[in-house]
Amino acid sequence: MNVYAIIAIFKFEMSRTRRTLMQSIASPVISTTLYFIVFGAAIGSRMGQIEGVSYGAFIIPGLIMLSILNESISNAAFGIYLPRFMGTVYELFSAPISYIEIIIGYVGAAATKSLLLGILILITARFFVDYEILHPMWMFCFLFLTAITFSLLGFLIGIWADGFEKLQVVPMMIITPLTFLGGSFYTIDMLPPLWQKITLLNPVVYLISGFRWSFYGISDVQVGISLGMIMLFLIICLTLVWWIFKTGYRIKS
Amino acid sequence: MQPIISVKQLNKTYNNSFVALENIDLDITQGEIFALLGPNGAGKTTLINIICGIVNPTSGTILANGHDIITEYRKARSNIGLVPQELSTDTFETVIASVNFSRGLFGKAQNPELVEKILRQLSLWDKRDSRIMTLSGGMKRRVMIAKALSHEPNILFLDEPTAGVDVELRQGMWEMVRELRKNGVTIILTTHYIEEAEDMADRIGIISKGKIILVDNKNTLMKKLGKKQLKLHLQSPLTSLPEELNDYNLEITNEGIELIYTFDTQSEQTGIALLLKKLNEQGIDFKDLQSSESSLEEIFVSLVRN
Repeated sequence: MNVYAIIAIFKFEMSRTRRTLMQSIASPVISTTLYFIVFGAAIGSRMGQIEGVSYGAFIIPGLIMLSILNESISNAAFGIYLPRFMGTVYELFSAPISYIEIIIGYVGAAATKSLLLGILILITARFFVDYEILHPMWMFCFLFLTAITFSLLGFLIGIWADGFEKLQVVPMMIITPLTFLGGSFYTIDMLPPLWQKITLLNPVVYLISGFRWSFYGISDVQVGISLGMIMLFLIICLTLVWWIFKTGYRIKS
Repeated sequence: MQPIISVKQLNKTYNNSFVALENIDLDITQGEIFALLGPNGAGKTTLINIICGIVNPTSGTILANGHDIITEYRKARSNIGLVPQELSTDTFETVIASVNFSRGLFGKAQNPELVEKILRQLSLWDKRDSRIMTLSGGMKRRVMIAKALSHEPNILFLDEPTAGVDVELRQGMWEMVRELRKNGVTIILTTHYIEEAEDMADRIGIISKGKIILVDNKNTLMKKLGKKQLKLHLQSPLTSLPEELNDYNLEITNEGIELIYTFDTQSEQTGIALLLKKLNEQGIDFKDLQSSESSLEEIFVSLVRN
């Protein structure tokens, strides 16, 4: 194991975060704060409780997921796309490191940023609403698995993308809509019966449901199923990454 | 002695069925400066990229310091430093961070003294905390060299290292290359400035259309393929050559007032004395004479053209 290389990549990526502090940490925190002000404080005060939880508190897990999913993807995608775009990726492939080490470095850094961001949002939320975390270990577990899985997905996008536009397409066109429709702001049983069925095809539903369960003990689908779905995404992403490095797709000619 | 790099039956065909390299066999000796010359698109960079692990070979084997570059890639690559032709740098990083990053990638613990020494050698120490994007092209090139040297490789690939670097710095760079060689580093370089290869290299390989057409010791090559010329400035113009001189490879130029005699450097007898005697007999007088030897550039051009 080339530990020095993993540390080098990790540090390199984290220093990129420091350099772009506004973009990678401040802006998601600000936008989440806006959600809390609008939905939590302004509108939420006029809404009834959902299964015994105030609306402001109810949306916290969904909002954290919204940020984590987007930031994991865009951080990891940028991390590997930038050296490809600038041509410095030659160094990565001429260095004595395995693909696994490359992934641990890049995905590890992206996931770490997401975890930090999640914790930061959690702290920010405290200023607006009261909430409790029933199962802190499970909450951390969901957060961790989600950050890793979606950083892997971001890494894949960063390798697939051949332009900056494509980097933005997946988070904006796919992840954001799926998160909004995945029960960030409502429970599934608030939907009409037909949509209750359709929405189960949305993978993000399972992430938010499980995550919310770790906070308040309430969920749309069983926790076991949520956990199983995250593991399934993780396995799918790992398989794709393995295939990419095995075939050299978009990496080596 | 075992070659430090051994390429056997290497072939590379790109996906679009373009054959970039064909049956390449090449041995690089430890501690030498090897110049790889060839026209644009001949396959120089593809060959270097395959040895360094950036491009996959289609078939063939390569050993670097005795290690297979695919099955023992870690050991093989630890030996190799690469300065690619394209000017690609971590634009937003500082010089020193970028160099430290390279050292880490190659599995080495940080070594501030060594990095300082390298940066000083390359006149980059004052710029260590500058972002790379603020540097000039020549400085960026040197940052790339510093990155390649940061992990103390014993094989160094320099793909067009002096492109876009001004004369003074270029000389400094070659000074450093000589210094590295003195410390036992093997250097493989490509350059478009053939006089640089002539100046620096111990051995020269010429590659054209994906094939190695010649590998030889520089001095042998110059001797074997070099031509000498004797130029005679005549007293009065000559319109045609007398029959007696037909056996000589002579050419009349410059409206008849110059006579050029070309001969091989390898032949035992140059025949100059006899030629001059015959000219004298024919009453062809000359006021001046000069001889010249072909440069590596001329040899290169004639080889590639054929």
